[in-house]
Amino acid sequence: MTIRNNMTLSSVEKNKGLAAAMKMEPAGVIGIIRGSGMKGRGGAGFPTGAKWHFAASAKGERKFVVCNADEGEPGTFKDRVLMDEWPDLIFEGMTIAGYAIGAQEGILYLRGEYTYIRKALEECLAKRREENLLGNHVLGNSNFSFDIHIHMGCGAYVCGEETALIESLEGYRGEARNRPPFPVNTGLNGMPTIVNNVETFAWTSAILVNGADWFKAIGTSKSTGPKMLSISGDVECPGVYEFPMGTTVNDVLDAAGCDCAKAVIIGGASGHCLPPAEFSRAICYEDISTGGAVIVFGPDRDMLDVAESFLEFFADESCGQCTPCRIGNVKLLEGVRMLKCGKCSTNCLRDLCALGETMQCASKCGLGQSSPNAFLSIVRHFKNEILGRACTAAES
Amino acid sequence: MLTTQQDRLMGEINELVEVHGHDRSALIPILQDIQSRYHAISDFTMQVVADRLEIHPVEVFGVVTFYSFLNEKHHGHFVIRVCRTISCDMAGKDAVAQQLRSDLGIDFGETTSDGRFTLEWANCIGMCDQGPAMLVNDHVLTHVTPERVHDILAACEKTFGPHTPQSDEEHTL
Amino acid sequence: MKDTNACADDTCRAPVSQRTQVVDAPGTSATVKLKIDDHELNIPMGTTILEAARELGIHIPTLCHHDDLCVAGVCRVCLVEVEGQNTLQASCAYPITQPITVKTHTRKVRQARRHIIDLLLSKHYGECYSCFRNNNCELQSLAKEYGVDFFRFGHPEKPLYEVDRSSYSVVRDMNKCVLCRRCIRTCIDLQEVGVLEAAGRSDGTTISTYLDKPLGEVVCINCGQCINRCPTGALRAKDRTDDVWAAIDNPEKHVVIQTAPSPRAGIGEEFNQEPGTPMTWKMNTALKRCGFDKVFDTNFTADLTIIEEGTELILRLYKNLVQSDSSQPLPQFTSCSPGWVKYIEHFYPEYLPHVSTCKSPQQMFGALIKTWYARMNNIDPANIVSVALMPCSAKKFECNRPEMRDSGYKDVDNGLTTRELAQMIREAGIDLPEMPKSDFDNPFGTATGSGVIFGSTGGVMEAALRSVIEFVTGKKVENFYDHANIIPVRGFEGCRYAELQIPDEVGPVPELIQHLVPNWDWLKGATLKVGIAHGTANAKKVMENIKAGGKFSECHFIEFMACPGGCLGGGGQPIPTSPEIRAARARAIYAEDAAYGDAGKARKSHENPAVLRLYSEFLTNGPCGHKSHHLLHTHYTARGKYIG
Repeated sequence: MTIRNNMTLSSVEKNKGLAAAMKMEPAGVIGIIRGSGMKGRGGAGFPTGAKWHFAASAKGERKFVVCNADEGEPGTFKDRVLMDEWPDLIFEGMTIAGYAIGAQEGILYLRGEYTYIRKALEECLAKRREENLLGNHVLGNSNFSFDIHIHMGCGAYVCGEETALIESLEGYRGEARNRPPFPVNTGLNGMPTIVNNVETFAWTSAILVNGADWFKAIGTSKSTGPKMLSISGDVECPGVYEFPMGTTVNDVLDAAGCDCAKAVIIGGASGHCLPPAEFSRAICYEDISTGGAVIVFGPDRDMLDVAESFLEFFADESCGQCTPCRIGNVKLLEGVRMLKCGKCSTNCLRDLCALGETMQCASKCGLGQSSPNAFLSIVRHFKNEILGRACTAAES
Repeated sequence: MLTTQQDRLMGEINELVEVHGHDRSALIPILQDIQSRYHAISDFTMQVVADRLEIHPVEVFGVVTFYSFLNEKHHGHFVIRVCRTISCDMAGKDAVAQQLRSDLGIDFGETTSDGRFTLEWANCIGMCDQGPAMLVNDHVLTHVTPERVHDILAACEKTFGPHTPQSDEEHTL
Repeated sequence: MKDTNACADDTCRAPVSQRTQVVDAPGTSATVKLKIDDHELNIPMGTTILEAARELGIHIPTLCHHDDLCVAGVCRVCLVEVEGQNTLQASCAYPITQPITVKTHTRKVRQARRHIIDLLLSKHYGECYSCFRNNNCELQSLAKEYGVDFFRFGHPEKPLYEVDRSSYSVVRDMNKCVLCRRCIRTCIDLQEVGVLEAAGRSDGTTISTYLDKPLGEVVCINCGQCINRCPTGALRAKDRTDDVWAAIDNPEKHVVIQTAPSPRAGIGEEFNQEPGTPMTWKMNTALKRCGFDKVFDTNFTADLTIIEEGTELILRLYKNLVQSDSSQPLPQFTSCSPGWVKYIEHFYPEYLPHVSTCKSPQQMFGALIKTWYARMNNIDPANIVSVALMPCSAKKFECNRPEMRDSGYKDVDNGLTTRELAQMIREAGIDLPEMPKSDFDNPFGTATGSGVIFGSTGGVMEAALRSVIEFVTGKKVENFYDHANIIPVRGFEGCRYAELQIPDEVGPVPELIQHLVPNWDWLKGATLKVGIAHGTANAKKVMENIKAGGKFSECHFIEFMACPGGCLGGGGQPIPTSPEIRAARARAIYAEDAAYGDAGKARKSHENPAVLRLYSEFLTNGPCGHKSHHLLHTHYTARGKYIG
């Protein structure tokens, strides 16, 4: 019921990509991924092939492949569906990545809220071990042994940030690290580590089967391949959709069944809010980049409620180490509540927006840098709705 | 705590250390196992775990207070986490939350006096297309309505005892 | 001389993210081109932007950065613009590994810094004029630097947290905390005590003890290193100046003060003097003008400690090596650092029999003042108020230990830190640097250079060796070491090890200790092995080495100091601290030692005439005799690390 349109991954033959990779040199595998032009599906859009290349050329006694299944972005659930439907493709993609960078160990970091998926994933892993798709000498390749285990998250959105995720894997509080150094050089236990999104690994398997050119032919020149989108909110058919990169917001809305959207937020709580005038924009890295969340708002929605909800989210989920994110989100939230009860002066609003811009450039990690996005874009596009509200008693 | 209880707990922690390892990276898996068994990570536990992993108790405390799913205070047998994030909010989570408050007689962040239920907010649990959604322990419930709340709680009550609900019981909830 | 950074090596506990970054550069001498503001230069690969800027004299404000600590990058005050990067970069945490162009004060940078300061102030409760860090507060300085003249994002009207005054030594006021986490990095990484850590998350993040218990109930060793590194007034030593003033103002009371060697090397910093400006003789005058009846030199009991502890060492060596009696095992550990003593009580209680039973010089002094001094001067000890000026916050705890009442009274009534005394001197309207010089009072006025160097790491060991060598060989130390400077035990390396060969000739042994053992031949040709550790993280390394049977387990005598640099880096010393400041203070201390020699005064503890007089008049059963055992020795409590 969650899957709403035709999914390419349904037709990808399991383990064919891994078998193909085993016949190549690791560098050849990386070459194919680079050739596909795939960028990370988590939203940051770093070219996957380049990341793998860095990790492959980094020195380290051990290397790690980490699958980021800490899908916590509000409005995103495509990874859950991917793990439900195609766990083999994900583990296969991780194994291919392990072969490509010279890793021996893979870890799937599954968010605690998805504990109910774990059992099926463990069963899938056990089966793969039986079939020699994991373990010693994968598929008889005497140069490659690789295993994957699942590490459960513990209820912290920030652990979706790759360095916070690594800290969490090491048993620390999930607080983002300074970058540089980057995980590809100094990651888990100080060893070269790649952290990729669930969807990235699934597409890896598909690319190894269908070829880099197939992938490249889909989407735009800078954003290749298909993208899974999680669509929710005021639409007739919420769920997971697959679109080629570069699809416009209008096309997405049509597919999901909504003709009266007042606003769409692309990228979840850390994403940007678009008014109808911008629905012709394309979902791709060069226009509106996203990890896959599309939240649609009907004509009766109060955009300040939306901003408040997101800021409540960040004020709770900030790891609390850096100043702009820890205090900034609370100040923005207080500001939104003042706006809601008609008690925020224009000057004060300007200060809040300036603070939001500071948070974007001054926060330590992606969480803080993107947390004011929704607020700032809502203010930009819905100022008339925000200012001049009737003065009401402040909410407790 | 009685000495015998302490001994038993210490034995369990030693076993967990054998399973998960002595490194700091074993900390969170150990704590997760203890949390699910005891619904809390006690003072004594934190100190023993710290000792076994050769870290400071305050570091364990720092970790426990950081993650939402680890708690030093006792939680109920059933932890109900209602998603409060935008899509579930728009789908009507407030009504569900209010019904839960009324039926359980507690507010969010509280545990019933019989120790059965804890009510908490959750941030997005990834069921945005099927909201309002909530988790009862590890099980996800979607399209929850105020009307269904009573049945859900009753199903929990029925399974109350030494066992938490198994995954195949999910449909009966 | 530079402290070994506790966070740079393999044994560091700090998360990878915070350790000093080791940059994998092709060729270690590789350089990289940097353009920063108007400067263009080549710098060694891996230099941080902040380090490079400081080299060039470009000021970048910082808050969470500290020279002693590993990188955090959390306050974001030191942001700069790096060309080609969308976001601003924390200069303290950005190692330069490829050519970059940096701008340090663009509009974007200035606005971000200002916002960050505004945000910090919005959570910082308190008024500057009622804060002990007024005029010495990094947050206040930042606010001034960025022209803060209103609270853009508000200001707390009420305190959120109760001030924790449970500890004898350290007071925590989390209302003033800005979450820079220097205290955490000090406590966990630098000292490895592990009292403080961040708890909670997001806006609810706090610096917390275990279960948020009062500081007095957790494994805190009172070293006060967190105080020295706190940028604001969130951490401070417990203030006893009111009690001391009250005693001074009370005509019934005879108020005496003993002053340790390190405060005099540091107190000048409180009066705008360069670090390392010695203030010994001026401070004596200031103390008398403040109203203290007598000003004594703790170095007197430092010398006494050497005699007692040296005697104990000889007895232990004889028992272990000749009599095969291991009831008082080797190596013998020093006991003069109360932070170290509490550390071992908590973390290695099974090793307490190794700790010398000698009280610290402060407590020996206290016991003598209320006995010998009181009797000699016909003063009722009940009317004596004994104050100790120490560089140390742990001394405040130490003087309140229940076992420290051997005189029949509380041996030391109040411990003052260097900072508190500076405050008293200011309050009395005294300009310390302008004071005339004056001497210490007798009978405890005579000290030696050996007592002075107690203030520095390796000092106790050097003082002890000066005496032990002369005791055992019957020859002057100068025959073995130029000017009696035992260089192998000096320096700032975290853990040090040295061996001394005792020649084949032994004696004549001085009369004072001759009776201790039936003969001294067993020492002929022996090799004396000694160790030194400063900072409890290094102490831990040595203890673990001993546990594992490493080279330190073969030592005979090990000096442990809780604070990095020894007492001169103590938790009661002027703020700020840094490796350079501590090195400057050390220079002042060693210069004072040398000055004793230049003036023809004694530089070895056993030559202190006042100490010899004490043994002939009062402690008549000699070192480690019955009477000195009663007054000058103590016992310890195995505390363990479980928190009840």
